[in-house]
Amino acid sequence: MELLRFATAGSVDDGKSTLIGRLLYDSKAIFEDQLEAVERTSRQRGEVGTNLALLTDGLRAEREQGITIDVAYRYFATPRRKFVIADTPGHVQYTRNMVTGASTADLALVLVDARNGIVEQSRRHAFLASLLRVPHLVVCINKMDLVGYDQDVFEAIKNEFRAFAMKLDVTDLSFVPISALHGDNVVHRSANTPWYEGSSLLHHLEEVHIASDRNLIDARFPVQYVIRPRDDSLHDYRGYAGQVAGGVLKPGDEVVALPSGFTSTIESVETADGPVAEAFSPMSVTVRLKDDLDVSRGDMLCRPSNRPNVGQDVEAMICWLTDTPLRIRGRYAIKHTTREARALVSDLQYRLDVNTLHRDESADTLALNEIGRVTLRTTAPLFYDEYRRNRATGSFILVDEATNATVAGGMILAPS
Amino acid sequence: MSTTRACHPPVARYPLAIDATTLPPSAYELSHLDALEAEAIHIFREVAATLERPVLLFSGGKDSIVMLRVAEKAFWPAPLPFPVMHVDTGHNFPEVLEYRDRRVEEVGVRLVVASVQASIDAGRVTEDPRPGASRNRLQTVTLLDAIEEHGFDAVFGGARRDEEKARAKERVFSFRDDFGQWDPKNQRPELWNLYNGRHRPGEHIRVFPLSNWTELDIWQYISEEQLEIPSIYYAHHRQVVRRDGMLMAIGEFVQPSDGEEVLEALVRYRTVGDATCTAAVESAAGTIAEVIAEVAATRVTERGATRADDKFSEAAMEDRKKEGYF
Repeated sequence: MELLRFATAGSVDDGKSTLIGRLLYDSKAIFEDQLEAVERTSRQRGEVGTNLALLTDGLRAEREQGITIDVAYRYFATPRRKFVIADTPGHVQYTRNMVTGASTADLALVLVDARNGIVEQSRRHAFLASLLRVPHLVVCINKMDLVGYDQDVFEAIKNEFRAFAMKLDVTDLSFVPISALHGDNVVHRSANTPWYEGSSLLHHLEEVHIASDRNLIDARFPVQYVIRPRDDSLHDYRGYAGQVAGGVLKPGDEVVALPSGFTSTIESVETADGPVAEAFSPMSVTVRLKDDLDVSRGDMLCRPSNRPNVGQDVEAMICWLTDTPLRIRGRYAIKHTTREARALVSDLQYRLDVNTLHRDESADTLALNEIGRVTLRTTAPLFYDEYRRNRATGSFILVDEATNATVAGGMILAPS
Repeated sequence: MSTTRACHPPVARYPLAIDATTLPPSAYELSHLDALEAEAIHIFREVAATLERPVLLFSGGKDSIVMLRVAEKAFWPAPLPFPVMHVDTGHNFPEVLEYRDRRVEEVGVRLVVASVQASIDAGRVTEDPRPGASRNRLQTVTLLDAIEEHGFDAVFGGARRDEEKARAKERVFSFRDDFGQWDPKNQRPELWNLYNGRHRPGEHIRVFPLSNWTELDIWQYISEEQLEIPSIYYAHHRQVVRRDGMLMAIGEFVQPSDGEEVLEALVRYRTVGDATCTAAVESAAGTIAEVIAEVAATRVTERGATRADDKFSEAAMEDRKKEGYF
């Protein structure tokens, strides 16, 4: 059974919690004691009906303020797939949360209220999903019951969204007319929308093809840890452990180690369960080479004929994640694959308005939740690919060395 | 001491040499368990590579059994590069303690026991004098003291996000301040698989490699890996009393109160914790396949079914976690 990770984004009152509640409930992932606890709390607070948002709002402050503060992870399964939902709140620190949830997502689910059509937040959510290169985007046009299941309403919103998405880098875009409250087209196709020929949302989540979303072309193996048992029977053993970040690695493949540039051949690809014929993303394996090279954590194995960019000057889009604004000429710790270095933010080229996509070239800082294009100079070379080609070798985080806070997430652009 | 039933043959040693060319090529697909295992292995290696003194919390409960197994696989064929620690409330199920010691010996890892009784004797904590009182909350002090004493800077825990709603918001690398506190409103954002384990001396990181596993995943992994688990996870007959809707086993730490009727029931445990606050569930599941079938069909969470400690209030877990609980 395959694992599908998806991020949900929505604004206040668009029915996101109700939709998640329904997916969990209909797939029997909500348990009776959880439902009882929510019903009890809803009653105590004098609310009419059961407030399914309480299922996802796990923290005291969230329940007290009636808002969702942080990304919450939810799990459910059908006989076809296991699902991990990163439920990202729409209003408080929306960008920080959505970027976090979208960074690992195979699919992003954006909710639009059929009565209101596309609002600023819908555009923002679609933009963030495309910025983070979430391979699949599903737009749920919700509350169809409140517009009389009108096909024209659905088509109008769909066309407007399509037109906007043309400006974005969206590879796979689908639309589903739903009523999360009544369950129309959530698990089963609804009789209320005979004009809709697509699949129900759950069916789409079960069937969407994600196996080709990974990069299986560019072999990339960031060395994470060197395994050297200090044991008499294994004293010659030297294995390079890591998670495959792209391509396929096989015994017999010629590889080059970066930064040294020395070449060798893969002797074996091992796991604790025995050797494997090939390794691909996201497998965690141990690679043994035929020759003794000086390879350590932070180095990268790749094919001699297909190497990542190697450089200390990097162009990237970054999302600022903390209250203290970005300092131009500021120095931060950078973590990229298994490599750590220091980075100087030498230039902020523009700040991007996530609602209008307008580029403000006069900007001289980025505040919390803001996105901009920067130039970085690193103290050591990075072995990177363009983020749109490989999410694993194209992403990095910046850490404030004084507070140790994670201050930014970055997506590397093609070298200029 | 009673014996633990071996439900599966002992863990087989890994084969050192198989001709890889005879293995069938894959379709580049990973099962969900393979994907979860790969993620957890990555987390273990990341901690071992970037933090100084990690320790793995091992109680002999099912989640820590799975965690220890994945840790072994992450560093194979080298031994585990860190010790394991049991925060011992003194209220143990003997089957579980016996299992713990045997498994630790099998893995060949050093076991640190942090004793709640020692904390009580040293006056670090005061025990609720009422009979049958749980030591669950007292564990936090013992755990934090042990972390400080041994200078641990990374503590692997088997907590899963599906267990409880405060845990659903927990990071994989969860930062703790000098007081071991968790600040849920000020967590470090966690993007891609780029974890930030930076901390100052005295602070530490709790690490949850099984964050994305569900209870069912744990059981399926136990089955696939043929892991032995303590016998109390399988159906057996026990003297119990019904207390607050839960079945509490009569034993050294739980005695029937006035008016409570002792009955014999066929039960098993879904979670294993402090014996005073961990309840059994009625079950006839005597094999791993039957347990999986039962878990797949159950309509009550494991904590809701068996943990008196989470029933105090809606935020019981959040409050304990803020203080430094697992």
